[in-house]
Parts: sequence; structure tokens; C-alpha cells
Amino acid sequence: MSALTQLATALSAGKIDVIDLTHTLDPDFPVIILPPEFGQCARFRMEEVSAYDHRGPAWKWHNISMSEHTGTHFDAPSHWISGRDVPLGSVDEIPPEKFVGPVCVIDCSAETAQDDDFLMTPDHIRAWEAEHGEIPKGAWVLMRTDWSKRKGAAYLNMKEDGPHSPGPAPDAIRHLIEERDIVGFGTECVGTDAGQGMHLSPPYPAHFILHGAGKYGLQCLTNLDKLPPTGAVLMAAPLKIKNGTGSPLRVLAMVET
Amino acid sequence: MTTPLQPPPKKNPQKRTVSPTRPPEMRSRASLGLQAAAAEGRFALQVCAECQTVQYPPRDACQNCLSTDMPWTDVSPDGELLAETTIRTSTNLYFRERSPWRTGSVKLDAGPVIICHVHGDCAPRSRVTLWNLLDRAGQATLLAVPQERTPLMEDDPQLRQMTADPKHRRVLITDARHPGTPALVKALKDAGAAMIFVGEAETWRPYPGRAALEEMGVDLQPLDLTDTASVQKLAGEYGGKTDILINNARFMRPGGVLERGDTAFAKEEIEVNYLGLMRLAQAFGPGMCARASDGVNSAAAWVNVLSVEALSNAPAYGCFNASNAAAFALSQSLRAEFRGAGLRVMNVFTGPTEDAWYQPLPPPKVTHGALAKSIVDGLQRGLEDVYCGDVAKDLHERFRRDPKVLERERTMAGDMA
Repeated sequence: MSALTQLATALSAGKIDVIDLTHTLDPDFPVIILPPEFGQCARFRMEEVSAYDHRGPAWKWHNISMSEHTGTHFDAPSHWISGRDVPLGSVDEIPPEKFVGPVCVIDCSAETAQDDDFLMTPDHIRAWEAEHGEIPKGAWVLMRTDWSKRKGAAYLNMKEDGPHSPGPAPDAIRHLIEERDIVGFGTECVGTDAGQGMHLSPPYPAHFILHGAGKYGLQCLTNLDKLPPTGAVLMAAPLKIKNGTGSPLRVLAMVET
Repeated sequence: MTTPLQPPPKKNPQKRTVSPTRPPEMRSRASLGLQAAAAEGRFALQVCAECQTVQYPPRDACQNCLSTDMPWTDVSPDGELLAETTIRTSTNLYFRERSPWRTGSVKLDAGPVIICHVHGDCAPRSRVTLWNLLDRAGQATLLAVPQERTPLMEDDPQLRQMTADPKHRRVLITDARHPGTPALVKALKDAGAAMIFVGEAETWRPYPGRAALEEMGVDLQPLDLTDTASVQKLAGEYGGKTDILINNARFMRPGGVLERGDTAFAKEEIEVNYLGLMRLAQAFGPGMCARASDGVNSAAAWVNVLSVEALSNAPAYGCFNASNAAAFALSQSLRAEFRGAGLRVMNVFTGPTEDAWYQPLPPPKVTHGALAKSIVDGLQRGLEDVYCGDVAKDLHERFRRDPKVLERERTMAGDMA
């Protein structure tokens, strides 16, 4: 039996669960907030075109609008200035094999529960590897914080001095790229960077370093607590938007039961 | 003395809501100058440029010298009540439902004798002032009121028909995040509003005014004018309790066309300032129109807060002003669409306000308190057009004189104001 046949058989036999790591695209879901004189991230919006009525008697449909970076979304290298000259840096150019791969989930939920501004360091990664083995080349690495369980204002956690949410330290991102050659990094927060990431060096290190190295980002993920530390397969294919810097998407993970 | 208006009892759910009826609407074209003055709360009559005769009723030629040059001119509204009577029945539905109705004749100091409505507090043969007011059909009518204010004179049933007084009414303010909303809430409370609902977009994002609104005990409700479903949901729940809707939502950024270089902010401005108004009107308008004769707390007015630069644009806030011009144009359509029900559209044109986005402009700027006062005053006087602040008043005056001259004045090289 081929590997794919085995996979298909296991799926239909219920030996593999498909976990949805995606938030519902909801008009009231938070988006990143930038200083107001900058351009802003468009919220998800849905306008009814017809609903089995005089505007279209037998069909219902909507026009939708949003940013490339609204809701659960994918960041391509061209999203950041450091990645603007990376080859194959926009969502339509990325080779499709990059969208499916092994995933490692580093559980930082205990640390995050103690500290909204928790930064994951290389030591946290090494400690995780001591228990679960080395992160394989070409893997997705997801930082579990249980942040996705927060609702309303607690999600952005915006204060007078900006948002407060966890993320990776600059060294941790460098470590994942230079030592482990990951394919991408994902979080449960509104961005791959910590809420206070603008005050790190470089500012927004996850964005700057990941995309500069041609790596990808995933954010606003959920259900990471349903994934094992290793052994799951992630599927994260953005929409094929010409020159797109990112895209809302459905992120799925296959997990053996 | 006027009988104090009592807060209305809770509505009897078994009774049919009274359908809106309107006073007679037919007027001559010549008379529309009176309507234009009433929209701004002015008392103006035609005055012959040849012989200075003050005319009433409005006409096409001077009653004294047959000149046709009779510009509408603000004249003294004072006079003497000559005779008065109370009409107890009428063949007209509107008056039949509202009888008894006091009416009389007034000899104006300026000359004409005028048949008009008479406030209940006017004593026979007393000195009176004529108020030029819009009735529920949106036409100018004259009401004689005592020259000295009397206690609770605003509660007079005939006067209340002409106004959109917030007293005992329920008000929806659409944008809790607007820096002027706390001042507006306070002014409405002071004016006796029964309930104040305030729409709040994006509760996941904090804003400085929220604590003040909570302290004032307003009813904060989720409302995002850029989200049709959100507008429809609030209208579904609270549309039947919205007697006055004040749309103060605003998205603004500085800059004209070339300064910006893209359409992203303009799109937001259109989404909030223009399409937001349209979404609100489509969701709340029909219900409010249906309740325009619903007793003491009938639906009475729809208020738009607009930049006065909607009248004449200049590049400093060129794109924002363009969205306001679109909203102004839409409000004219809306006014006509609401008129059949007797629901009033009041546009409050303001000069630059005292807040972050107008910060680089020099004074004079409109304070939040002044804007709130203008809104409440306009409702109490039943106005259609309110100009708030010196900048707005001046710009309106220049616009009235010559829009083209104003455009050039405002866009001289180096003068972006």
C-alpha cells in the first residue's frame, strides 16, 4: 500500500483526526491596530447580494472584503521590508509543497498564564527539544499560549503603551531559522510578534527575521491545545492572490488518534 | 400656564400604533423663502426693495407698488395678538387628531397682519413674538408665543408638534468613540431625554471616553456602521425605541487627493460617513417613520453631524470633506423620503472641532460642549439646518452669497484653510 493510500485508509477509518486551527471570519474579530496615521488592517465585512429574493430569487450570496492580514492568516515574505526581495516571496509564488508539512508545537501556556508579555527564548526551545527531540528541518513551529481562548478586549490586551501579548524573542527566531531551518512559525496572537514587539531589537523580530529569511508566518491560530508536541501534519495554503503579501486561510492539522 | 408634559406610560401592546398624518402641505413657490428661513430658525419676510413694504402672505409682486424685487429679509417677529380662537374640530385628519388647536391673528410691528397658530400661554391682546417653525409636513408655519418665556412653554402641545424636543424621548447616539459623545449625552440628559443608547464599535479596542459614558449610565450597545449586520441587529432590537437618532460617527484623516496617494482612508471615510448613514437609514428609517405620530415619545428627528466643508471643499481635509459632501447629498434625499411620515432630518454643520484630527488648525474651534448645545438647541427649535461655531456660520454666509467666490477664496495658492 502506498503512503497516500495508507493515509486515506487511516482517515476514513477515523484513525486520523483533522483539527481546525482556524478562527471564524467574524466582522468583530480583532485585527492588529497601528498608530492611526498609518494605513489600517481592514476588518472582515460581508454584504448580502441577494437572499432568495427580488435581488436573486433562487440564490443567496455575499460580497466579502478584508485585509490580506485579517483573521487567521498567512504571512508571506513580501509582507515585511526585510523580505521584499526574497525570491518567490508572495503568496501566489510560494511552492505549494511548503504549505504542507510536519509541525512542532511548543507549549508556552503555563508561562503565558503568568506573564502577558512572555517571550519564548532559545532556552525554552532547547528544553522542549530535550523532551520531544530536535525540530526537523522544514517543519512548522507553532507557539502554543492558549491566547486564542481570550475574548474581546483581553485578546489584543491593548493598554496606554500598546498591546501586551506573548511572542518569540529575537534569538529564538534566529535559532529556529539558523539552527533548525524551519519553514514557518505560527502563534495564537494577532501577529507572530509579541504585543510589545516594536520595542525589541530588531523591532518586530519575528516578522523581520522570518520574512528576511524567506520563511512564513501564521497567526490568530486556535485549537493548538488539541495538537501533540510532534507528529501532526499541518496544512496551511493561502489564497493564490497575485503579488499577495498574505491571506486569510483555513489551517488544518492531521493528528493520529 | 402650560400643563407639564407627563412621561408617557408604557405602550399598550394591544393598541395599533397611530399612523403618521400630516398638516396640509401645498404652498406657493413664492412662499418657500419662509420655509428656508424656518429651517435655520430665522424669521424672514419679503421686503419690497422699491418701497420697503413688508409682505405677508408671500407673493410674486409687491402689494403696494407691484415691484417683483422683494428679497427675503430678516424682520422683527414682534407684534400684538389681535384676536384668538380655539378650533375644536377640523375636516383635516392631522388637526382633527390634535384638536383643540388655538389660532389667531397678529399685527406685526413690521406691518402685516398674520393668521397664525397661537401658543397656549399667550394672553388675549398681548404682545407676542412669532416663531417661524417647520410643521410635520416640513413647511413653514408661524406660531405666536409670549414675549417673555413662560414656565414649561416647550411642553405646549402645538409647539411640541413643531419641534423634536428630546424631553421624554429616547435617543440613539451612534458613536461612543467620538470624543464629543460624553458632552452630547450630558446635554441630552439635561434636556430631559428619557433614555440614551450609545452605539459602540469594536469593543475589543479600548477608548478613553468609555469610563465617562459608563459613569453617566448610558446604555452602550454594539454598533458598527461599517457592518451591515451589526446595524440591522441593533435596529431589530432598539429601532422601535429610537425617537431621535443622532449620527455622530466619523472617520477622518487629513489630506487632499495628492497628499494621500491611495484610496484606503477615503474608502473608510465613505464606509463610515456616507455608507454608514445609508445603512443606518435603511435599518432604522422605516421603523422611525412608522412611529412618527406615536404620542409623547414619537419618533421625531434624525440628526447628521457634518463638516461645514461639505458645502465647499479645500485640500487640507479634502477627502474627508468629500465624504461629508456625499453624506449631505444623501441627507437631502433622506429628508424627502422621511417627510411623508413627518420625521425630520436635521443637519448640524460644524466647523473644525477641538479634537486630535483638527489639532494642527488654529482656533476658533468648536468645543464638544458647544456642538452638543447646538444639537439639542436645534432639536428643541425643530430646525433642519444648524451651523455650529464661527467658522461654520461664516462659511455658510459666504456660501449663500456666492459659492464660486467662496471656492476660490478657500483654495487660493498657499491658503488651504
